[in-house]
Amino acid sequence: MKRSGKALWDDIPFVLTREGHHGEVVHAANAPARALGMARDARLVDMRALCPDLRAQPADPRGDHEALKKLVFWARRWCPWSAIDGEDGFVLDTTGADHLWGGEVAMLADMEARLSVTGLSVRLAIAPTWGAAWALARYGQHDHEVCDSDDIAARLAPLPVSALRLDHKTLLLLRRLGLKTIGMLAGVPRLSLARRFSRAELQANPLLRLDQVTGDMAEPISGPKEAPRFLAVSRLLEPIQDPTSYLPALSEDVCAKLDAQGWGARRLCLRIYRTDGEVRVLNTATSSPSRDAGHLVRLFDGKLERLDPGFGFDLVTLEASVAEPMGVAQPRLDEPAQEDVHLSRLLDRLTARFGMGAVTWPRARESHIPERAQGHVTALGNNPDPIAQAPRTRPLRLLDPPEPVGVLYAVPEGPPAQFVWRRQVHRIARHQGPERIAPEWWRTRSGTRLRDYYCVEDDSGRRFWLYREGLPDDGRGGDPYWYLHGMFA
Amino acid sequence: MSCAPLPHPPDANVANLRQGQAVPASPATLMEVFPDTSVDASATGFVLLQIPRKGGPILWAQDRLSRYQAGQPCLAGLGTSLPVLHAELKRPADVLWALEEGLRCSALSGVIGEIWGDPAALDFTATKRLAMRAEASGVPVWLIRRSCVPNLSAARERWRIAAMPSSRHPDDAQAPGQPRWRLELFRSRWRKPGVWVASYDRKTRRLRLSDQLSDGSMADHDETFGQSAVG
Repeated sequence: MKRSGKALWDDIPFVLTREGHHGEVVHAANAPARALGMARDARLVDMRALCPDLRAQPADPRGDHEALKKLVFWARRWCPWSAIDGEDGFVLDTTGADHLWGGEVAMLADMEARLSVTGLSVRLAIAPTWGAAWALARYGQHDHEVCDSDDIAARLAPLPVSALRLDHKTLLLLRRLGLKTIGMLAGVPRLSLARRFSRAELQANPLLRLDQVTGDMAEPISGPKEAPRFLAVSRLLEPIQDPTSYLPALSEDVCAKLDAQGWGARRLCLRIYRTDGEVRVLNTATSSPSRDAGHLVRLFDGKLERLDPGFGFDLVTLEASVAEPMGVAQPRLDEPAQEDVHLSRLLDRLTARFGMGAVTWPRARESHIPERAQGHVTALGNNPDPIAQAPRTRPLRLLDPPEPVGVLYAVPEGPPAQFVWRRQVHRIARHQGPERIAPEWWRTRSGTRLRDYYCVEDDSGRRFWLYREGLPDDGRGGDPYWYLHGMFA
Repeated sequence: MSCAPLPHPPDANVANLRQGQAVPASPATLMEVFPDTSVDASATGFVLLQIPRKGGPILWAQDRLSRYQAGQPCLAGLGTSLPVLHAELKRPADVLWALEEGLRCSALSGVIGEIWGDPAALDFTATKRLAMRAEASGVPVWLIRRSCVPNLSAARERWRIAAMPSSRHPDDAQAPGQPRWRLELFRSRWRKPGVWVASYDRKTRRLRLSDQLSDGSMADHDETFGQSAVG
């Protein structure tokens, strides 16, 4: 199966590119481009010389892989086993499934029809072995190839040896040996091949690959297991406006499903399907896997009011959109019933109610600038850092942002004597400082001024942290400004 | 609703505060602190010292006005080894909700709430709920209330705290030394109210009720401290 360009550009040369060692190279090309001789790994500038009006876009291999992973599970509509095969294909084990679709040819036609609806152009082949199907799908003459177990050898004989899933070095070696097609390779005595490639890996061993194609060596398909889906649905007879009363039952339903598989929910998604066709979604998350129905219901506290029900809705679903395996911990048998909650649940509730940004662990960062020395990480999914003692005295509270104050001080660089802050005059009785903090030149704009911090105490005993930004003659502005940045205990 | 009995009988831990002693950690119930001025951080320092060092985090919830007017806690200057869970909330009602949720979790060492002014949400019922929940879970909760009137409340202890001129710096006469605070306990359920001068040692992290005033300016009033019961 090939990933080619969008249907929009099916008739003009179009390539997807990726970064190579010396500029962009072709990652994939559509049929008109391939007809012009554009191959994978060719340099884009060369291809532009070949065809000046070539269209090119950067490829997205990771996105393709994600899409392919989803497609593999979707393809299980035809048979129960499927797996990703390389970066541009997948393999289905249709043993015993084809008669349900009316035979192999009808099944291939159904596959092509359904895949072309999704905008994909495909090449399909059915063969008794994985290797033969791989070769026929990529190197066969037609888009649909059906091969019986009797004529594997005959159908594969004219195909090039690159249809054997071998690596580049082995292909080069076979070409130098003059073995161009599978038929020629199969004609070589088996003993010679075994002697030449006795220690080679599977990818570099033509004999083993040949055995896989003919079925002499088994190659079972091990498909990934689909993540279980935890969904509870409540269909209502009449449209209603408020989902609150249905939430506990839905939650218990989801939790029973999670419990049966030994999983716990990390993200929950509540959807209401309105009578006018709109769908409204509410999301919430937990910091550790949970399948406690009461706890999950509480995470929606205060959010349901914001859900716009319109003229009512008649279908409510609750899904654990992200779930993780979760062990079962046996509580003590003689433990008294209590409504004590674990810390992770407290984080869930606070975050569900106030948002990710509001509930945080303050975290020390490597910086001398006081407001930058403290970062915040969301409490959900993170652990607190141990608090390290600051090497210098820092205030107990910081104002964000620092507030400008009017200061009387001994010019040009003397300590402050009096300051006015929030229309109150504070006479400074004692002071300590300055502690000079230079701007971080690698991070801030040029022209940022240095700061001289003073720890001051006013005549009533309140202790503040003031700083003067800049010096009078530093050439980065006029007179320095003063700011109040924090309060000491 | 029947009136709950005294949650903590006045044992040695909550005995009357005496001069020259260290202030014991607070019992697990609701306490209120009223800073003398809203920009005074001494009340925050006092509250942090009173939280028992159990090892669990401290939940610190602030409403919007407290955050803007009095600043945020600065990690480097807190002087506590406990992790802080910081909740930046908007309304005082949110703070009360977060405090109540925090009090359901006995893994916390303590809960600190900062509420600005006299919001309608903070009535006697709300404080009663906080106090009873704190006593049930064994987690102390401190409310720091700024620019407000200390009216009806179920707080078991109410303090008024102001900064005082600090002690003499041993090396630099110009610099502020160890912080000193004026602590006024004006309502308590089990202690004798009074007024004390406390000095805080940053290095050992101990709060000691002064029996000697180093600068001598208040030596005359030394007798009256601890005796001037108000409430």
